[in-house]
Amino acid sequence: MLTLQCPYCGVQCDETELTAGGEAHLTRHGPGSDADTFEQYLFLRENPRGVHFERWRHAHGCGKWFHAARSTTTLRVFGTYKAQTTEPPQQIRDAISAVHPGWSWRNFGETA
Amino acid sequence: MSLRLSTGGRLIDRTTPVSFRFNGRHLKGVKGDTLASALLANDQMLMGRSFKYHRPRGVMAAGPEEPNALMGVGRGERFEPNQRATQQPLTGGLTAQSQNHWPSLEFDVGAINARLSRFLPAGFYYKTFLFPRPAWKHVFEPVIRQSAGLGRPPEGPDPDRYEHFNVNVDIAIVGGGIAGLQAALIAGRAGKTVLLMEQTAQWGGRAPVDGDLIDGGPAQAWIDAAVADLAAMENVQMRRETMGAGVYDHGYLLAHETLSHGVPEGPRQRLWRIRAGHIVTATGAIERPIPFAGNDVPGVMLASAVRDFVVNYGVAPGKRTVIATNNDDAYRTALALLYAGLSVPLIVDARPEVTGALPEQARARGVRIEAGTAIAKVKGGKRVEGVALCAQDGEGAVTEEVVCDAVAMSGGWSPVPHLWSHCGGKNTWDAAQAHFAPDPDRAPTGADGSAFVTAVGAAAGTLQGDVALGSATARIAALVDVSADAPAVEVAAEAPLAACWMMPARASYELRSKMFLDFQNDVKVSDVQLAAQEGFVSVEHTKRYTTLGMATDQGKLSNINGLAILAQELGEEIPNVGTTTFRPPYAPISMASIAGEARGEIFQPLRRTPMHDWHEAHGATWEPVGHWRRPYAFPRSGESVHDAVQREVKNTRQNVGLLDASTLGKIIVKGPDAARFMDMLYTNMMSTLKPGKCRYGLMCNENGFLVDDGVVARLDEDTFLCHTTTGGADRIHAHMEEWLQTEWWDWKVFTLNATEQFAQIAVVGPKARDLLHSLGGMDLSKDALPFMGWVDGTIAGIPARVFRISFSGELSFEVAVPANRGRALWDKLVEAGEALGVMPYGTEALHIMRAEKGFIMIGDETDGTVIPQDLGLDWAISKKKDDFIGKRGQQRSFLAADDRWRLVGLETLDGSVLPDGAYAVAEGTNANGQRNMQGRVTSSYHSPTLGRGIAMALVERGPERIGEVVNFAMTDGSEVPARICSPVFFDPNGEKQDV
Repeated sequence: MLTLQCPYCGVQCDETELTAGGEAHLTRHGPGSDADTFEQYLFLRENPRGVHFERWRHAHGCGKWFHAARSTTTLRVFGTYKAQTTEPPQQIRDAISAVHPGWSWRNFGETA
Repeated sequence: MSLRLSTGGRLIDRTTPVSFRFNGRHLKGVKGDTLASALLANDQMLMGRSFKYHRPRGVMAAGPEEPNALMGVGRGERFEPNQRATQQPLTGGLTAQSQNHWPSLEFDVGAINARLSRFLPAGFYYKTFLFPRPAWKHVFEPVIRQSAGLGRPPEGPDPDRYEHFNVNVDIAIVGGGIAGLQAALIAGRAGKTVLLMEQTAQWGGRAPVDGDLIDGGPAQAWIDAAVADLAAMENVQMRRETMGAGVYDHGYLLAHETLSHGVPEGPRQRLWRIRAGHIVTATGAIERPIPFAGNDVPGVMLASAVRDFVVNYGVAPGKRTVIATNNDDAYRTALALLYAGLSVPLIVDARPEVTGALPEQARARGVRIEAGTAIAKVKGGKRVEGVALCAQDGEGAVTEEVVCDAVAMSGGWSPVPHLWSHCGGKNTWDAAQAHFAPDPDRAPTGADGSAFVTAVGAAAGTLQGDVALGSATARIAALVDVSADAPAVEVAAEAPLAACWMMPARASYELRSKMFLDFQNDVKVSDVQLAAQEGFVSVEHTKRYTTLGMATDQGKLSNINGLAILAQELGEEIPNVGTTTFRPPYAPISMASIAGEARGEIFQPLRRTPMHDWHEAHGATWEPVGHWRRPYAFPRSGESVHDAVQREVKNTRQNVGLLDASTLGKIIVKGPDAARFMDMLYTNMMSTLKPGKCRYGLMCNENGFLVDDGVVARLDEDTFLCHTTTGGADRIHAHMEEWLQTEWWDWKVFTLNATEQFAQIAVVGPKARDLLHSLGGMDLSKDALPFMGWVDGTIAGIPARVFRISFSGELSFEVAVPANRGRALWDKLVEAGEALGVMPYGTEALHIMRAEKGFIMIGDETDGTVIPQDLGLDWAISKKKDDFIGKRGQQRSFLAADDRWRLVGLETLDGSVLPDGAYAVAEGTNANGQRNMQGRVTSSYHSPTLGRGIAMALVERGPERIGEVVNFAMTDGSEVPARICSPVFFDPNGEKQDV
């Protein structure tokens, strides 16, 4: 059972306080987008072995959505940050680089 | 025979006898006994039958690893199956029954399986029960069901309480032996909050039994002092009879505490949910049996268990005990037996030379030691009668027979790596000690990437007391960053063991087919070898094929021996074969402890409306909707529920009815960008709605599928009130928040779920306006409040907001008042409505009236794959908006296909009511040979208004087929014809609601 710190209220949350929201940093494509782009947005998801960016909601707490960067293999948490951003903050990227030099995830990372 | 010795027994009080019953016989033990030791004291070595062959089995171990002595303990509703006799304290009046036999333990019919064992090889289920197929139903399954299952369930609901503790500690220590105590002392003195748990009722583990000397005195003195020191520390909690059950992500630890073995005064068991900064596993080690022929005959036991019974309980498993070993530690058992005045006629040692200090002590006492020797076979059926010997390095030619009534075996010790391994800790093969031990460099890692479990003591592979305490001290001192000294431990030095996976090394098939690896599941050396020959080269596959390690003991005794045999058969090194996966719980825990307090009325919180008590007092039958309870109907005395529903519908259509609509979701959306946000949420245009007006709206997900519907009221330029379905309020509020927080976070909008702030009453029917006017305070005439309008005011002195909306097709007002005034308004409406014939109605009448009008219900007409266009709701989808949630999804080609199933009404030709969910059959069959389908019933009722069955359905190209008759399949194979019609059965022009 994971623990993640809510970046809004500061609470160290048990996983049972949270609801998982899948992959973070998706770009919404609405009417006018072609079929491939829309499929990519709606259905196609990363399934990485290692660094991953996810959305979580502090559902049984302050109710806020936030993002977490963690390893899917070791469950190491590189940090959590507020959801009102389109890319991970530098501080989070640095924390990942310290452990996984040369990491990349979608269009983020050192080699991307 | 087994018997109580005249002296000894450090855990028992001989002066206090305890009576108990075993298989109906009255027996006596003493205070401090376990069920197993008390049975041995009564010369009851036979304690059960094995699962597959029903072979007679005796107790083999003295702790949680016991595979054989499983008992049904207690009576009636407190009966518990599969309790290990070795862990069951003897309490006065205890009743116990052995398992897996019929008609009796001594004489068992199922033992015929043992004679048939050649025909019941590994994987015999998979091989034998293939053909003929019909035999499955009539022969195989009934027979297997008869013999399957271990123990029987209790009779009646559990009368006891169980609870959960949630705690946070710096250091959680599992295991209260000397290593665990030392770890707790260091961490406690360093000021850490410590939780120390021990699965048995005694602190100290094996050290007092094995006779270690600590700090110059007996181990027990050091243990007593350590326990006293720890008890005096406020930052240290100590729990006995508390088993560490599982280690999970990020330092989460589950532990199970037994609080009572009889009829408890408080909770019976407690589940500890522990969030630990660091977990220390001091879980000790378990001795391995030696595979030799007949190693399961009652009277063959682990050497350490023999020692435990003699030293702890003053019970001798036998008068003449032969010891079979490959290591020095088993000689401690010989010495303990000799000290107790018992006979050890022979020690069989597989090692070619025996030179250690402990063997020398035995030799000095005149014990015969045969090096390089093996047990060829144990003689006896329900009890050991003797052993036949042979050379270890041979095929089993018998050289000699020795009479004895017990055999103590030791194949070496394996650390208990379960908790270490649950969350990813890796183990390394230690060839010198022939076991897997935790590798400190590959520990489970936590949220910060550092190790969060440390193994100490025997659990870390440091089996000798001096090394164990030394290394435990160093590891824990480093962990809490202090310096600490290890106590001085004096133990006899031990010579190395010689791995012995089979006795004798080149045993014949006949011998190998009597060498048991897994005693509970009857898996033998020959079974694992057969599995390997048949191609099961992975240890995980072999486990499942042979059921090795799959019994309730989860292979605590069998795993290492089993994978060593597999490795041998495959010509591989043991570490290359690896272990099976260790999974929680370490030993079985009760389902009741997992449920804890969450049972009965508090299993789930119940949501009640402000009028709940009135409904209950007036005979409501209830329908659960989400966590709410809503009245389904209000049957009167002597009236059936069906009749009540029909009456409620008729009365509402003719006079006036009251519906408690308080459970309807009420979400307020407010802010300068509220209108813009509403246009994205709903498929229709909400920004054009005028304050004072209501509009029915649809919400879809990004796929385009319909997820909720309801009436929106615009309260002012910046404020909307969104009504959602009863079950959807929380979900839709979360949906709104998700989009606001994660996509349009720069929009100035707030949402608030105000569902419980308001009571809402629907006043419905031709006399609804008369009723409300009679209460006084508001003009609700057609001009003052037209259809689809709302107005604030005061009714009967209560501040109210009245919406003129209708879900029934009748003249209808929904009156919202502050929740704490809801009951008062309801009472006034009931009182004032008496002359008008007012009656409350429930959810079933609501459903029938909406179906008569062809109004859809989320969850009936929708199932997550239905778009509004399927339901004829195109009119509610804006063509003017560039975007809304689901717009792009609905443009996908398959959703525009013209053969989709679409909403229609159905009239059965004979007027009967179609079953909800019935399918309309079509010609031909699909690729799976199943009948083709062309639609299904989504709602179906008997309409009191029309006097016949009506239904709504999704039918392929439905609206194009009005008037066509389709057949619906019944569960009995018959078909019912129904004519496709408009889904609006009643008042198609909406004249009744707009008056």
